[in-house]
Amino acid sequence: MLAIVLVVIMIGPIIFPFDSQSFGTSAASILQAPSRAHWMGTTELGQDVFRQFLVGGRISLYVGLSATLIAIVLGAGLGLISGYYAGWRDTVLMRITDFFLVLPTLPLIIVLAALFGQSIFVTSLVIGLTSWPQTARIIRSQVLSLRERPLVQRVRSLGAGDLRIMRKHILPNVAPLIFANLALVLSGAVLAQAALAFLGLGDPVQVSWGTTLHNAFNSGAMSQGAWWYVMTPGVGIVVMVLAFSLVGHSLDRVLNPLLRGEE
Amino acid sequence: MSARYLTRKLATLVVTLYVTVSFNFLLFHVLPGSPIQLLARSGHYDPAARAQLIKLFGLNHPLLAQYFIYLRNMVHGDLGFSYVYRKPVTTVLGGAIGNTLLLVGTATLVTILVGVWLGVMAASRAHSLTDASITVTSLALWSMPDFFTGMILIFICGVWTHVLPISGLVTPGLVTGTWGHIVDVGRHLILPALTLTFVNAAEFSLISRNTLVDVMVEDYMLTARAKGLQRRTIVWRHALRNAMLPIVTATALYVGMILGGAIQVETVFSWPGMGLLIYNSVVQRDYPVLEGCFLLFAIAVIATNFISDLLYQVLDPRVRRT
Repeated sequence: MLAIVLVVIMIGPIIFPFDSQSFGTSAASILQAPSRAHWMGTTELGQDVFRQFLVGGRISLYVGLSATLIAIVLGAGLGLISGYYAGWRDTVLMRITDFFLVLPTLPLIIVLAALFGQSIFVTSLVIGLTSWPQTARIIRSQVLSLRERPLVQRVRSLGAGDLRIMRKHILPNVAPLIFANLALVLSGAVLAQAALAFLGLGDPVQVSWGTTLHNAFNSGAMSQGAWWYVMTPGVGIVVMVLAFSLVGHSLDRVLNPLLRGEE
Repeated sequence: MSARYLTRKLATLVVTLYVTVSFNFLLFHVLPGSPIQLLARSGHYDPAARAQLIKLFGLNHPLLAQYFIYLRNMVHGDLGFSYVYRKPVTTVLGGAIGNTLLLVGTATLVTILVGVWLGVMAASRAHSLTDASITVTSLALWSMPDFFTGMILIFICGVWTHVLPISGLVTPGLVTGTWGHIVDVGRHLILPALTLTFVNAAEFSLISRNTLVDVMVEDYMLTARAKGLQRRTIVWRHALRNAMLPIVTATALYVGMILGGAIQVETVFSWPGMGLLIYNSVVQRDYPVLEGCFLLFAIAVIATNFISDLLYQVLDPRVRRT
C-alpha cells in the first residue's frame, strides 16, 4: 500500500504533467464531472483535478518528511541525552517535554504558522517543532534501560567516552525504535499539514492536497455537488496516512520491547 | 488521596499554568514577527499615530516591564482588545465558549461511550472477524482528517439528501419558542458532533481494545471465569474496571486532539464556537483573539490533565497506596 502511494506520487506527475498556468477558457470547462479527458473532473478554474492531485501528493509527502525529520532528530536527540545522563539533565528535559506534550498541538501549529508566514518551509518547521515530545519519551525510557545493561557498563569500564558509547552502542540499539516511531510521526505530520493547508495556512503556490481541499471548500464546490474535487485529494490523504500508520504499527509491534510479548 | 499528593499536584498545576502564560507572552510579544511590533514598525503611520500605538500597546516600556504588565492584565482577566470586533477579547471569547463546550461536550460523551463499547466488543472476541473489522475500520477512520470526514458528511446529508442542516447554529430567520429553538440547535449539532465522534471514537476503541486484551490474560480474569461468572459480567465489571486507567489518560490527552478537531469541524460547519473564532482570527489577522483562544485551549488541556491525575487516585487503589 505504501509502495503504491510512493509510486503514484513519484512517477505520476512525469506521465501526467500538471500545468498550473493552464486554466479553463469557457464556462463549461469549470467544475466538470469526471470524463475521459479529465479523469477526475476539473476545478473551479477549469484545471484538471487528477493531475493536480498527483503533484499535490508530492508536496504533502515532502512537508510530512521534512517535518518528521526535524521531529525525530529533536526527539531522539533529547531522549538520548535525557535517558543517558539521567540526573538533573533528565529532570529538566523531561519537564520541558511534558510541557510540550500537554500543549494542544494543532492550535499551537496554527498560531506559529499564522505568526511566521505561509511557505512549505515554515510549515515543515512548525510541525517538526511540535511533534517531537512523544518520540523523546519513548526513546528516553528505552535508553534508561539500555544504559544499565552489562554491555554498556563493560564498554565504560574499558574507558569509552560518553559520546562514543552513545553513538556506537546505544544509538544502534534504539535505531529500530526510532524507525517505528518515524512512520507514526510521519502519518501525524501529513495529517497536521493537511489541516493547516485546509485552514488556509498552507503555501498558496505549492499546492498540496490540503490546499486543494481548501480551494474546493471555499469555491463552493461542495454545494455544486462537485464530489470529485473533494474526494480525490481527501482519499489521497487518508490512504497516505493509513499506509504510514500501518507500517508504523507493525514495526512497533515487532520492535517495541514493551509490546513484543503481546499476542 | 493524601494531602501531600494533592499539594504537590496543585503546585505543579500552578507552575505549568505560569509557564504557559509566559510561553504565550514569548510567542506573541517577544519573538520577531510578533504582530504588535510589526504593526508599530509599519511605515504607513505618521509619527504621532505611531507614538500613540506604541503607547497603547505598552511598547515604550522595557521588555521585562511589558512582561509584568502582561501578567498583571492576565490576573485581572484582561486579555486585550480585538482588532476586528472592537470589543475586549474576553467578551468575544465569552460569546463562543458555550457553543464549543456544547459541541465538544456532546462529542466527547458519545465518543467515550461508543469508543469504549467498540473496544469491548473487539476485545471480548479478540482475534475474531468482528475484532479485525472493528480494528481496521478504526484505523481507517483514525487516518481521516476531521475536516474531510465533515465534508463527506456534508455531501451525504446536506448536498445529496438534505436530511440535516450543514452550517451554523440555528436556521436563519426561524422564529420559534424555546423548545423549537432547542430542537433547531440540536439538529444543527448532529453533523459536527458526529464528525468529531467518528475520528476520536476510533482512537478510543483502539486504546480500550488493546488495554482490555492485556487485562484479559491476567490471573484474576481466570479466577473470575473459574467462579462461573458470565462472559458479559467478566468483561464489563472485572476487565473494564482494570482497563479504566489508560482510558482516563487517553481522555486527558485527547482533549487536546478533540480541540484541534473542533477547529476544523467548526470551520467546515460554520459552528460559531472558538474553533471558528480561531479560523477567522487567523484569516483576519486578529492576533489578540488568536492569543486568547490559544491560551484558553492550553488551560483547558492542562486542567483536564490535572483532573485525570486526581481521578487516577480514586480509580486505582494500587496508585493510591504509593
